[in-house]
Amino acid sequence: MDNLLSIVTFTPLIAALILAIFLRGDDEAAQRNAKWLALGATTFTFIVSLFILAGFDPDDTGFQFVEERAWIAGLTYRMGVDGISVLFVMLTTFLMPLVIAACWDVTTRVKDYMVALLVLETLMIGVFCALDLILFYLFFEAGLIPMFLIIGIWGGANRIYASFKFFLYTLLGSVLMLVAMIAMYLDAGTTCIGACGANNVELLTHTFPSEPFSVLGIDIVGGMQTLLWLAFFASFAVKMPMWPVHTWLPDAHVQAPTAGSVVLAAILLKMGGYGFLRFSLPMFPVGSEVLGPLVLWLSAIAIVYASLVAMMQDDMKKLIAYSSVAHMGFVTMGIFAANQQGLDGAIFQMISHGFISGALFLCVGVVYDRMHTREIAAYGGLVNRMPAYALIFMLFTMANVGLPGTSGFVGEFLTLVGVFQANTWVALVACTGVILSAGYALWLYRRVVFGDLIKESLRSITDLTGREKAIFAPLAFFTILLGIYPSLVTDIIGPSVAALVANYEMATADLALQGAVASVDN
Amino acid sequence: METILLFAPLVGALVCGFGWKFIGEKPAMVTSTALLFLSAFLSWLVFLLGNFPENSIPLFTWVESGGLVADWAIRMDRLTATMLIVITTVSALVHLYSFGYMDHDPQWREGEVYKPRFFAYLSFFTFAMLMLVTADNLLQLFFGWEGVGVASYLLIGFYWRKPSAGSAAMKAFIVNRVGDFGFLLAIFAIFYVTDSIQFETIFALAPEIAETTIRFLWTDWNAANLIAFLLFVGAMGKSAQLGLHTWLPDAMEGPTPVSALIHAATMVTAGVFLVCRMSPIMEFADTAMAFVVVLGAATAFFAATVGLVQNDIKRVIAYSTCSQLGYMFVAAGLGAYSVAMFHLLTHAFFKAMLFLGAGSVIHAMHHEQDMRNYGGLKDKIPYTFWAMMIGTLAITGVGIPLLYIGFPVGFAGFVSKDAIIEVAYVGNTGAFWALVVAAMFTSFYSWRLMFLTFYGTPRGDKHTHEHAHESPATMTIPLGVLGVGAVLAGMVFYGPFFGSQAKVDKFFDISHSEAADHTAITTHIIGAANAADDDHGHGEPRAPQTPGEGAIYVGDDNNVINEAHEVPAWVKVSPFIAMLLGFGAAWLFYIKATWLPRQWQQNLGPLYGFLLNKWYFDEIYDAVFVRPAKGLGRLLWKKGDGTIIDGGINGLAMGIVPFATKWLNRAQSGYIFTYAFAMVIGIVALITWTTIGAGN
Repeated sequence: MDNLLSIVTFTPLIAALILAIFLRGDDEAAQRNAKWLALGATTFTFIVSLFILAGFDPDDTGFQFVEERAWIAGLTYRMGVDGISVLFVMLTTFLMPLVIAACWDVTTRVKDYMVALLVLETLMIGVFCALDLILFYLFFEAGLIPMFLIIGIWGGANRIYASFKFFLYTLLGSVLMLVAMIAMYLDAGTTCIGACGANNVELLTHTFPSEPFSVLGIDIVGGMQTLLWLAFFASFAVKMPMWPVHTWLPDAHVQAPTAGSVVLAAILLKMGGYGFLRFSLPMFPVGSEVLGPLVLWLSAIAIVYASLVAMMQDDMKKLIAYSSVAHMGFVTMGIFAANQQGLDGAIFQMISHGFISGALFLCVGVVYDRMHTREIAAYGGLVNRMPAYALIFMLFTMANVGLPGTSGFVGEFLTLVGVFQANTWVALVACTGVILSAGYALWLYRRVVFGDLIKESLRSITDLTGREKAIFAPLAFFTILLGIYPSLVTDIIGPSVAALVANYEMATADLALQGAVASVDN
Repeated sequence: METILLFAPLVGALVCGFGWKFIGEKPAMVTSTALLFLSAFLSWLVFLLGNFPENSIPLFTWVESGGLVADWAIRMDRLTATMLIVITTVSALVHLYSFGYMDHDPQWREGEVYKPRFFAYLSFFTFAMLMLVTADNLLQLFFGWEGVGVASYLLIGFYWRKPSAGSAAMKAFIVNRVGDFGFLLAIFAIFYVTDSIQFETIFALAPEIAETTIRFLWTDWNAANLIAFLLFVGAMGKSAQLGLHTWLPDAMEGPTPVSALIHAATMVTAGVFLVCRMSPIMEFADTAMAFVVVLGAATAFFAATVGLVQNDIKRVIAYSTCSQLGYMFVAAGLGAYSVAMFHLLTHAFFKAMLFLGAGSVIHAMHHEQDMRNYGGLKDKIPYTFWAMMIGTLAITGVGIPLLYIGFPVGFAGFVSKDAIIEVAYVGNTGAFWALVVAAMFTSFYSWRLMFLTFYGTPRGDKHTHEHAHESPATMTIPLGVLGVGAVLAGMVFYGPFFGSQAKVDKFFDISHSEAADHTAITTHIIGAANAADDDHGHGEPRAPQTPGEGAIYVGDDNNVINEAHEVPAWVKVSPFIAMLLGFGAAWLFYIKATWLPRQWQQNLGPLYGFLLNKWYFDEIYDAVFVRPAKGLGRLLWKKGDGTIIDGGINGLAMGIVPFATKWLNRAQSGYIFTYAFAMVIGIVALITWTTIGAGN
């Protein structure tokens, strides 16, 4: 079948439409039907996506499963995956059934909730598959709408403030990115990102002008590439989120329902990282080379800053949200180290963070469902009554800390190896994250799980249910499997990353050469 | 065989961790213990047969990214085999011991299942430790390194009801992470310089690493020195060396078998193992090694002083461990790797013995750990008493000085510790004196422990004393086995570890193959010339060794072992005299004139307080690191995120969008539609552009 990608992308949307149009009523039966339909659709999507993975040839560094159709207004619908994007698709399809299963106990507006989640899945997969600028923009921006709704309708007490903040941040980035996309189109004459057919210009291989020019007396090194890079950076950095534009994330997480948090941390954040890999690095190598050091430093600051702040949180979700900021710092750092280890590590870290942070937010969800509070001080000694929970929480805490043998380690290690080759200072600062993460994560665990159970309110708390165990089991399995056999991931991404690095080095070698020539001229 | 040896403990851990629900508590525990004994048996087989595979046995690829490749593999050589027998023997005995010790633990309530969990952790620890020593690359070593850290964390925090246990566990993990920070940087630096993290490749490149300069932070460094230093920072964390030692005494919160296995015999020696394993690089890093010696000697001295005044029986032994690890680092730092390993081996026996003996005392005294409440236990628990006596004779270094019948005659500690002190005399006089004084203190606190516990009149709770009873056979048998080791290990293993350079070379499979090419011959001649100048030079000079060949690397100009045999007689006798002085003082203080300690405490109040409070390291760290970090975290959160970033963004928003406040007051769907609208406008704009573009 040559339209597998479309099937995977749009199955959830179709299910959402069916739900929206045909399912009536809000009684228990209707709610159950909505959940089962959503679970069925996401599971089916996951199964189909397995065929993509099975048919994917890692050694082919071009786009595969390419689909091309005429679309409205002379535009082209073009989808495809390569080694960099295919695993993000898999991550999304794998996590969504678990997310649906995790919100089985929701009772308010269940149908709408399922519709929102299903639409969100389509849009997220679309982002990772789109090979056309306009298509990408559509998926990328529209994806925020269901997320707004999820926070705004099913969120906590302060949800309006949180989604407003989210909105403000995103708006700025979006506007700049749109302007940049128009500029790209004007320069290249196409909106096609890759796999555009023979003799056609594609954005991925098009060389954007990098001659320096000056605006208002400021010399812009790297010229247009730097400006384009900055415009995209504005959008992706907010999504990641990078320091100092991260403050929307803790609030969004705190207010979002569990499923929303899981999707946000596990998948939505990865759209920023994917954007860097798909646009910034390959399309604007000169811009990346000029501004890469800035990103490295922002990342290092993010790691230390977010870890220190995480340590002082008294809300469990906020703590994990800040830890996400720190872990995304490793990702951006790895990407702009721009070497094999850095990029491999960054992608690996994103995949692994999808499992780990998703699981950690689920862990918070488990106790929140029982006690209706996220305050750390309200807990203590949970191991007394919840041994299975203690075990699972320990596993993911250790994975979060980056313990070798869990997937958390591999990404962190590779990005650090990569960045050490680029800048030892940054590596040193970022490496302190190894100590700090142990600090905040273990302290959280100690306060929540260890100790005697003395709080009256916790006397009757119950351990994980069968459904909860079934949700955690696959996450735990992959966290450990990827920890001891990460080649499952690196074999798939390796060749594409190698090609990306080679192209990047070729593009920036010219720059170095120009620099050398310039200095000889002087 | 190697694979079975390695994975048997993992199977045991899984059976105990999860399988006990199906097969029952006892069978699960028996299974894991049996598997450990199997592992121990195979280890001795490997060690005694001594024919190691040429190359490491690869299992499967772990991490592969560009040029960075690390396999899961089993590397077997003499160094590994030595560690294997230490780890599996002590671990098997500790498993057996735990049957008795962990039975009816008063920390737990009726009906709570805790024993299989304990055994699972112990077995998992053993597996991680085996992974550490069998690694053939730095990454697998780091896996083991962190694995034992987690096991240690879980076991220190085993009594999770006690808040102090939780804190101690956390502290152990975090302080170790400070060391790991150095270790990781070392791995990055090694990969940066050699493009590999495989031992074989790194070792072969060692001479080139020594010639390389590396840009690190603000300046250029000699690569070998930088790497060696960073590796040692890792070793400092795991082996509780001065500065990063604070977690070890607190780790005594764990059950006593854990203290014996992890915090005495095996895990804490991982740092020493690391330095020995990396000997090809260490040999080219003179400056870093000098630092190792100084820090090792300082630790040996510092920990011994603190040990003098502690009252908790386990803390005394913990500081003693810390101090003995300092001895090992002095030896390793001076290039006498085999001597460091020698002391590691003997120390494992007698220190595990002391801890298990202490555990037996604690068991008998109903989990009382304060020595001030002991006294007169000699006849109540005679087996334990004799076991502790052997351990004490071993650690204080009792033997017959200057007698040599192919090997020195004495308890294990006598042989190995004296070897280190002789090496120290050759290499570093300051370190030598620090170690001799530390030996005196060692003797004092060890005998103080013995006298307070077993002699004199019973103190403390009368009821507890009346019910003091000897431990069951599962606990006394391990003591007996370790006792044999504590008596004989020194004499039996003297030859291969400290006999002569030639014997050591043979033992560690350094063959001096005739690969000696042109350069080797040149060095050979130079070496011979040096030997002629050398007063102590004797016999044939040692042929140069290729880095990476054999289990340890001894540099061409490293003659420390042979020279150590040539030291003056007074040097050889000095630790013995120090031991006698310590014994005499302890006897005077705690047997003869028991009022003296109190008098000294009062007269030397400030000094006593200084030692009792462990030189105030915890207080200083709390003030310098912990509290500022928390304060900074709070500041960044409230001021950084709150005031500056959010304040700035809100200000910006208010400036650009005057309607922002109105939006906030509207229904939330209001701005979602606005957003959707803005996006549609955006897309329309894009489409317009493209259509116009297509029209042109």
